[in-house]
Amino acid sequence: MTHWVIMPVVLPAILAPFIILAARYHMGIQRVFSVAGVLALIAIALGLAVQTSDGTVMLYQLGDWAAPFGIVLVGDRLSTMMVLLMAVLALFVLLYAIGSKWDERGRHFHVLFQLQLMGIAGAFLTGDLFNLFVFFEVLLIASYGLMIHAGGNTRLRAGVQYVLFNLLGSTLFLFALGALYAETGTLNMADLAQRVQLIGADATVGIRVAAVLLILVFAIKAAIVPLHFWLPSSYAEAPAPVAALFAIMTKVGAYAIMRVYTLIFPVDLEVTAGLHGTWLLPVAMLSLAVGAIGVLAAKKLDRLVAFAVISSMGMVMVAVAMFTQESIASALYYIVHSTLAAAALFLIVDLVRQSRGHLELVTDAPVKGAALIAALFMVAAIAITGLPPLSGFVGKLMVLNAAFDDGLTAWVWSFVLVSSLLSVVGFARAGSVLFWKAQSDGAPVPEAGRPMPSTLSFVAVGGLLVLLGVHTVLAGPMYRYTTATAAQLVSPDTYISTVLDAPGKLSDAKAGDH
Amino acid sequence: MEILVASAIGILTAGGLYLVLRMRTFPVILGVSLLTYAVNVFLFASGRLTIGAPPILTDATTYTDPLPQALVLTAIVISFGMTAVVVMIALGAYLGTNDDHVDDAPGRGEDAV
Repeated sequence: MTHWVIMPVVLPAILAPFIILAARYHMGIQRVFSVAGVLALIAIALGLAVQTSDGTVMLYQLGDWAAPFGIVLVGDRLSTMMVLLMAVLALFVLLYAIGSKWDERGRHFHVLFQLQLMGIAGAFLTGDLFNLFVFFEVLLIASYGLMIHAGGNTRLRAGVQYVLFNLLGSTLFLFALGALYAETGTLNMADLAQRVQLIGADATVGIRVAAVLLILVFAIKAAIVPLHFWLPSSYAEAPAPVAALFAIMTKVGAYAIMRVYTLIFPVDLEVTAGLHGTWLLPVAMLSLAVGAIGVLAAKKLDRLVAFAVISSMGMVMVAVAMFTQESIASALYYIVHSTLAAAALFLIVDLVRQSRGHLELVTDAPVKGAALIAALFMVAAIAITGLPPLSGFVGKLMVLNAAFDDGLTAWVWSFVLVSSLLSVVGFARAGSVLFWKAQSDGAPVPEAGRPMPSTLSFVAVGGLLVLLGVHTVLAGPMYRYTTATAAQLVSPDTYISTVLDAPGKLSDAKAGDH
Repeated sequence: MEILVASAIGILTAGGLYLVLRMRTFPVILGVSLLTYAVNVFLFASGRLTIGAPPILTDATTYTDPLPQALVLTAIVISFGMTAVVVMIALGAYLGTNDDHVDDAPGRGEDAV
């Protein structure tokens, strides 16, 4: 048993109190440790991803207790890939926060940032549903602090909505866990997968309720229509680096749906037939459409990007909801793309805000550095709307291709294509109002008081866009990797046997029990 | 006893939901608290209701399932902390804007959508 699996959780968990205890008055030291921590996290995540890339499932039993009794962390291809994505995203977001001095505008930014990373990494790695709840809470507590970082009335107001919505979501999660435990007597994912199979066709009420409650919770996290109302205000009002980091939080919801609804409630399971297998795809298509319409209707740039996130989550969920190996592979490819693109866009929104002073989509005098910001905006907009040549286009092709075998092919194609068109129009309108028409306005350039954003900010945004480019160029190898990941998801026997058959304390009792 | 526990959970949930839908911070926070009480009792009951048995595995044949009790303990701690956080943020928002509405109705606040 290797201890490396738990390192993505332990490292930020140690770093955060260290920063608050030893370096709370020294912004420079905080920055150094925070960046060093994230770099180490990338190294660890990369190591884990390489180790699991041949299909091995890494298991960590906390306190050496055997699986259904103790809590386990499991690193398989999907978990390690998501942790790596999170760590890479965190690096660029952190660089931006430092470059734009967002981290100085309130207290304890770096502490909360590390705790947020700890929660997200834990949610990706855990093999136990109650532990997933606990890590959700860890990442939420940190996100509450980050969300209202730097204060301000509008932000606090949006913060109240965000916290209350998530509190209700957590309550729902507990109801789901209670129902699940009452039906099966376990909360370990691998054990659940086996016990749900044993439930007879005559006693399915409880388990169906549990399955629906659970998917509602994850749908709140993933902001699927009609549970997306919390997202636009929260993401628009959150500080830019925080909103960019939140781009991975919606993916936590998508990850949880992929994990639980392939492992515990696979779509061909008799007792939960006709639930998520039937209903997730239509609502995902609806999210796609609602997000695209929001992009078209937004009056402010930050709202526009928030709705683009809803739309891209809809895209991810369309792919996930078909629950085939091919569709999940394309969903994973699209998740990487949409996380990076959405984060870059939120950072670009902040660059625009710094140079223009506001985000209303009205023509205004041209500003310093507009050409560079406009170029970045255009690249990111091309990426997120799915125009060629960037990874959004490749990802959408993969999803459309995966939809060929589905019963709703025509619907998926029309929803994806029409909502892409709407997004393109929305982003083109925003870009031309912000950058192009400003030139023809001819008003004098206001020089006073608005310095150019720092070079480091541009490096961070540029880095994210370069990663998108790499993601496009390496689409072939990436798709092969995500296909292998999806294959591991749809046939989870190795996962289950690794978790349940590993020896540990009390494994004798288990042998006697069965 | 089943009736008692079930109706307690039901009434707490109904009351909590009603208060949450009032859309002013104070009732909403009270409503969320009621909901967390309801879910705590629900979790507690998910290990089946057993009277007068120890919550530990012994040689005796009857015992109370100890796991839900551990889960409830975690849930209580988390919900308590969360309620404190939301009270502070809500207070900040209320004192800043002199308005305790939770929703963004048109014409209220700068950022009404």
